[in-house]
Amino acid sequence: MHNIESWLENNTFHHSQWWNILALIEEKKRKNLKISLCIPTFNEEATIGKEVIIFRSELMERYPLLDEIAVIDSGSTDKTCEIARSFGADVYFSGDILPEEGHHKGKGENLWKSVYQLKGDIICYVDADIRNIHARFCYGLIAPLLYRDEIKYVKAFYDRPLAYSHGKRRSGGGRVTEILIRPLFSLFFPELTALIQPLSGEYAVRREVLESIPFPTGYGVETSHLLDVYNKWGLEALAQTDLDQRIHRNQPNHALGKMAFGILQTFLNRMKAYGLTPLPEITPFLRQFEAQEDHYHQILHEIQEEERPPMNELSAYQNRA
Amino acid sequence: MTPVLTPILEALNDHQAALHAIQEILLANTVLFSEIPAPTFREKQRIRFLLDRFTEEGLENVSRDEVDNGIGILPGTEGKNNILIVAHVDTPFDAATDHTVSVSAETLQGPSIGDNTLGLAAIASLPTMLKQLDVKLKNNLILMGSSQSLGRGDLQGLRFFLDNNTRPIQAGVCVEGVHLGRLSYSALGMFRGNITCEIPDDYDWTRFGAQGAIDILAHVISSIQQIPLPRDPRTSILFGSISGGTGYNAPPSTARLCFEVRSEDAQTVNSIHQKITDITTRITEETEVNIHFDTLAQRAPGGIPYAHPLVKTTRQIMEALEIKARIAPSSGELAALISKEIPSVTVGLTTGIHINEHDETIQIKPIFKGITQLIALLQAIDQEGGNYA
Repeated sequence: MHNIESWLENNTFHHSQWWNILALIEEKKRKNLKISLCIPTFNEEATIGKEVIIFRSELMERYPLLDEIAVIDSGSTDKTCEIARSFGADVYFSGDILPEEGHHKGKGENLWKSVYQLKGDIICYVDADIRNIHARFCYGLIAPLLYRDEIKYVKAFYDRPLAYSHGKRRSGGGRVTEILIRPLFSLFFPELTALIQPLSGEYAVRREVLESIPFPTGYGVETSHLLDVYNKWGLEALAQTDLDQRIHRNQPNHALGKMAFGILQTFLNRMKAYGLTPLPEITPFLRQFEAQEDHYHQILHEIQEEERPPMNELSAYQNRA
Repeated sequence: MTPVLTPILEALNDHQAALHAIQEILLANTVLFSEIPAPTFREKQRIRFLLDRFTEEGLENVSRDEVDNGIGILPGTEGKNNILIVAHVDTPFDAATDHTVSVSAETLQGPSIGDNTLGLAAIASLPTMLKQLDVKLKNNLILMGSSQSLGRGDLQGLRFFLDNNTRPIQAGVCVEGVHLGRLSYSALGMFRGNITCEIPDDYDWTRFGAQGAIDILAHVISSIQQIPLPRDPRTSILFGSISGGTGYNAPPSTARLCFEVRSEDAQTVNSIHQKITDITTRITEETEVNIHFDTLAQRAPGGIPYAHPLVKTTRQIMEALEIKARIAPSSGELAALISKEIPSVTVGLTTGIHINEHDETIQIKPIFKGITQLIALLQAIDQEGGNYA
């Protein structure tokens, strides 16, 4: 698919392209933009302090790229809020924002409430469980929005192995991405397979997008965002930045099962909303990706799931000796 | 109290509060430095980050020298003299160690976070903190991350700098992350040694009394412990680590002891060195195994007197901040400065536990008192350092 190859070439970045944070700040000033960082949390006391310290020091005090750092919390029972507040983040309980709209527990709810609460023209979302946090997790996502007006939504992916011998390497996402999302996208929205890690929790988005799309309150929020942005503005509105390594806690299979269930619900709801039911013609191509140095290429796998009839319908079977 | 010190002490409370307001700068530097491995002789990456910070702060002469020290100069308003502030960059942890730092409301935890990443981060953050406090020094401040300090490094980084530096240094301050209250103004005579015990290939295991390498090394240790140590001058032998063997029931063929001898008296150090040489020679002959005694680092004792104005000023600053001074001689960077007769002290910045272990932990709150102390000390040296000679 030609569009995927050209999109990979033009809309896929590496954070090192944006090392000059002073230039980003100039561009931000020139465009008179405000930028907010939102960290959605629920019991993240082990990692939240470090994130707030690094972002405040590097992207507010030292290089004022961010105008606010906010933690939107779902009701943590540990010290998440206390720690975040002690290091200078603005901390909000999600239920206190737009109380007349009620309160749902979940990451998507926090993100939705952040659109109301935060002031930024761009909001950058970063998950709170990253152990190797660095300023690039923010500026790497914000930068494409500062330089390219047509880009509206920048997604993170993580693709730098510490060592790789040579040549091509298989590139892709986590277990839920490879087992659920990539097959679904390959079947129904092939262009979206170009996103190496569609479920990554880090992305920067223009307010005009955030205020005009619905938010599932739980696991499906990343999937629905991609589908809605793609449906409304096309692939060109999306971009992705390689942020190298991301070290975080690994989810057990049963937690991934819940996540997959939520995502599948969202996906089917979107199919219905876009009028794609009954199901359109199903293509036999699974799209995966490989990386060669800085370039990404799709690999097309034709997987024909032919179906055999019950053996007892075969006359040969019925007549066998 | 000297008239110079009065306004400096009066500003301590305000300084402490103002430093707390920009805590993220120092804490973020501590986290970022700490997550860059820097085993002795492999400090390049950490120095690179230090130099980036120095450049961002607009320091002059930002450079890495041939032994990988990182240096930058904050020019003084008059620039007639130079004050050196130094923290060692290297750590005892190898690059494969998980260097991830965790942060709670009260603590930072990670390998080397206190010894000496906090000290290094303080030096990297100092220009910002001085700016925040509107403190301008009249003399040049040479900020330095010194490499090759620990173990076999034997202070090579700082020694190289002092041997080759062309700017006269009025006074030196060595910064250690832990412990707040530390005050060192003298260096101990010291040597570090390894004793390796190797069973030769043709060793007769069937003969009466045949022993594995650990047994023989234990015999060496026991003999060293018999060496009488004088109380005055104060002298000690520290057994730092021991290694050897692979399991439970196989006699090990090699074993190694790492140790340090310290004394306030150079003659005593030399005498103990000779006695340990005699012990290893004797046991080699008795056991017919190869025992190697290898000296890695050696320092002469020395320092400035307790009544020196630099020590007196440091104590007064600590007293004003209600920091209980714990006077202890140093075997670190201070020794190199003392050997060049540069009046110097070592101070610590905060409290910590499990130092040099993987779960090394430091307290956040005392850091700002420690930094306030450090800045007041620099201000005092800046004002009265001309009288130190």
